[in-house]
Amino acid sequence: MAENGIGASVRRKEDNRFLTGKGNYTDDINVVGQTYAYFVRSPYAHAILNSIDTSAASASDGVVAVLTGDDLAEDGIAPLICGVNVTSDDGEPHRAPLHPALAQGKVNYVGDHVAVVIAESLAQAKDAAEKVSIDYEVLPAVASTATAAEENQQQIHDIAPNNMCYNWPFGDKAAVDAVFETAHKISTLDLINNRMVTNPMEPRAAAGEYNSGTEEITLHVTTQNPHVHRLILSAFNQLAPEHKLRVVGPDVGGGFGVKIFVYAEELVVGWACRKLNRPVKWTSDRTEAFLADAHGRDHVATAEMALDDQGKFLAMRVNTTANLGAYLSTFSTMVPSYLYAFLLAGQYTTPLIYSEVKAVFTNTAPVDAARGAGRPEATYLLERLVDVCAEDMGLDPAEIRRRNFIPVDAFPYQTPVVQCYDSGDYPAALEKALQLADYDGFTGRAEEAKSRGMLRGIGLSSYVEACGIAPSAAVGQLGAGVGLWESAQVRFNPTGNVQVFTGTHSHGQGHETTFAQLVTEQLGVPIENIEVIHGDTAKTQFGMGTYGSRSLAVGGVAIAKACEKLIEKGKKIAAHALEAAEGDIEFVDGDFTVAGTDKAMNIAEVAFNAYVPHSYPEGLEPGFDENAFFDPLNFSFPAGTHVCEVEVDPETGEVEIVKYSAVDDFGKLINPMIVEGQVHGGIVHGVGQALLEGCQYDDDGQLITASYMDYAMPRADNVPSFDVDYAPTNPPHNPLGVKGCGEAGAIGAPPAVINAISNALGVKHIDMPATPEAVWRAAQSAA
Amino acid sequence: MEMISEQRIPASRDAVWAALNNTEILKQAMPGCESFDAIEENKFEAKLTAKVGPVKAKFKFQVELSEINAPNGYTILGEGQGGVAGFAKGSAKVDLTEDGSETILAYNVQANVGGKLAQLGARLIDGTAKKMADDFFGNFTDILSGSLESSD
Repeated sequence: MAENGIGASVRRKEDNRFLTGKGNYTDDINVVGQTYAYFVRSPYAHAILNSIDTSAASASDGVVAVLTGDDLAEDGIAPLICGVNVTSDDGEPHRAPLHPALAQGKVNYVGDHVAVVIAESLAQAKDAAEKVSIDYEVLPAVASTATAAEENQQQIHDIAPNNMCYNWPFGDKAAVDAVFETAHKISTLDLINNRMVTNPMEPRAAAGEYNSGTEEITLHVTTQNPHVHRLILSAFNQLAPEHKLRVVGPDVGGGFGVKIFVYAEELVVGWACRKLNRPVKWTSDRTEAFLADAHGRDHVATAEMALDDQGKFLAMRVNTTANLGAYLSTFSTMVPSYLYAFLLAGQYTTPLIYSEVKAVFTNTAPVDAARGAGRPEATYLLERLVDVCAEDMGLDPAEIRRRNFIPVDAFPYQTPVVQCYDSGDYPAALEKALQLADYDGFTGRAEEAKSRGMLRGIGLSSYVEACGIAPSAAVGQLGAGVGLWESAQVRFNPTGNVQVFTGTHSHGQGHETTFAQLVTEQLGVPIENIEVIHGDTAKTQFGMGTYGSRSLAVGGVAIAKACEKLIEKGKKIAAHALEAAEGDIEFVDGDFTVAGTDKAMNIAEVAFNAYVPHSYPEGLEPGFDENAFFDPLNFSFPAGTHVCEVEVDPETGEVEIVKYSAVDDFGKLINPMIVEGQVHGGIVHGVGQALLEGCQYDDDGQLITASYMDYAMPRADNVPSFDVDYAPTNPPHNPLGVKGCGEAGAIGAPPAVINAISNALGVKHIDMPATPEAVWRAAQSAA
Repeated sequence: MEMISEQRIPASRDAVWAALNNTEILKQAMPGCESFDAIEENKFEAKLTAKVGPVKAKFKFQVELSEINAPNGYTILGEGQGGVAGFAKGSAKVDLTEDGSETILAYNVQANVGGKLAQLGARLIDGTAKKMADDFFGNFTDILSGSLESSD
């Protein structure tokens, strides 16, 4: 292993700038002549816009322009899009209402964009925004997921009768129903997957600048995928041709999915900077983030499992209503469909699964992918249901899982829900996790807790997720408008240092370190001589960005492939320089050598040689710079078992997580320290969903959890020190042997926590977030 | 949100009813009220400053009296815009009952808020609205009782 190569816990290269305040975030961009945008947002969840009077605002001090949806339409800027088609059961595509970046005639959620005020200062923009006079004709609002599609409901979009976006059945209903007719036991569970506001530390922002000389727009934006942003803004929103639009995602302070999407504010800033020929900057405040960032989750579901008398799962039936909010966000339709139903097999051999997903519109903020995206919802439902099955069958939760696991010799394993798992050893992860958690000693700990008047509970969650998103052929078949390959360019400079250009984007994950480790391992260049460059469409080749735990599993492989090409090219150059046959050149630890001799050339010397080709023969191309694209053949399937142990105070409903053990299979680890950090962060994210976070709209569609006063994020004192270990298997489809780790914790944790609380209270179920009040009520009714 | 309460006023029902239709008294009783002007029959425009948690805003209310049943009571409907603070709307059904020489004023208030008021002040709205209603009807009673010392 190279020093600082694969498997080394190298300290993060990027932390030097982050920890010393030298990060460069979108809001840090300031240019001469800059103006500030402030959006006038609807205070109503649902209303007709009878008129907008901007005259007083336009005359206000410092105002450069007040723009509305009419201006946007006049300039031919097209509405925001949703890039994935889901075909409804009537054979029609999902219903996609127009989603103008500034409202045209109607507003559909609190926070919807009505107008933008652009002024010399933010204060002036805000003052003027108060003077925009809007005549709203308020309509009844639809705020509840469960009842949005009921017959007598207020209609939100003409194009979507009964507020239905799609009804998407999947599986053989008749076959599943037949199994339920004759099953030994049927376990059922109704549950809610609570709506979350993702809350990255850095709020969204956009800074646009137009160069009238080159007719080019430069848009700095909080994005996880600058090229995808550019593509959508160009091809669909008609902002500017791709070659005249530069999108830069500079340092981005957390994404978690919420910065994948193309938002109204970004399009408006890009458009306005050209229209006004002035730089325009917009930075979201925290309230705006609550109102207008895409939210996550928000399902209401019923799950049923048919079992035989040994506790084997025979068939599963799932009915889900998923709230997509007022409009379709960029990838929203695929989240409760393909990313959800295709994970419902989990780690089990359940041979038959039928799922029906009803996706509905409501007068709430758009809902889209959030860390895990569909997979946390599937895992929560399944892993909670499995615990109910265990209770119904009188089996230990670990035992019922053992009886139903896909056996280790069954891989590749074709599930009944499309996915074909390539590798895994679920029993190994379970047993290791049980050991780490001292599962056998739980009864004693519970008794001791009882002596103190506390209720102790333990819960398991055995999850699998589909990551490394994704084979282009597979997503194309499903209706995605893009391919999901990844790109890399690895460039040697003449002095021997290396620039690695990746199409992925780092917003906290540590790519600049992990990817450098890949390159130092493969090329033998010292890690300090390697720079990873990402996030700027003017610097890097087209890439698909970062989400779905894909950066290493897809983007990392592209880097490795570019490195392979460099080694092949280097052999040709070394053969020429060392006057040997190409076939005799070997490459080991950064040196090209002639086999059986002491003649050698370091790769840095080869690079210099490649740029000073004074005596190159015909056919030997100068330069030492290679690119590669990688399109995976399958998803990757990280999996694992998490064990959560809680202590509940029945007098207060307070839940303390006293022990949390995670055993994950991420394949090979490149930087174990970074991986452990991702696991920690993911678990905390999941604990937040399980215990604290609940986004609430009232019946009128007013968001009543729009600040940290009313929306609780997890903090350090909500979690214990985690016990993290691994049970890796080798994924045959991935050349690096890696699977992805960024979402696992957020997927595994919620059911582990709720299973533990249900166990402690002796109740069948408690919905998330299990706040002290909810837990206290459950404890009172159980007592 | 709904609030139900009542006040006992040492005045005749007719006197209370007259006061309920006297914009000057209504203005005095309304906490934070700067103006209360009739714009047409049974319709008024009121300006007042209200503070809900971190949000303080000037509201312009359109007020309308309906279900007028002299001298037994009416329903007062209000809808106010507070600019960027959002909006508030509510109604108060007022019933007057004679009790000897005194009058029982019963009120049933419903209030809704939207926009920033709801986003930042949701948990404070109930308390604030209750206090405003209690202050209003308390002040109103004090004025009628002739014991009002100052309107703050």
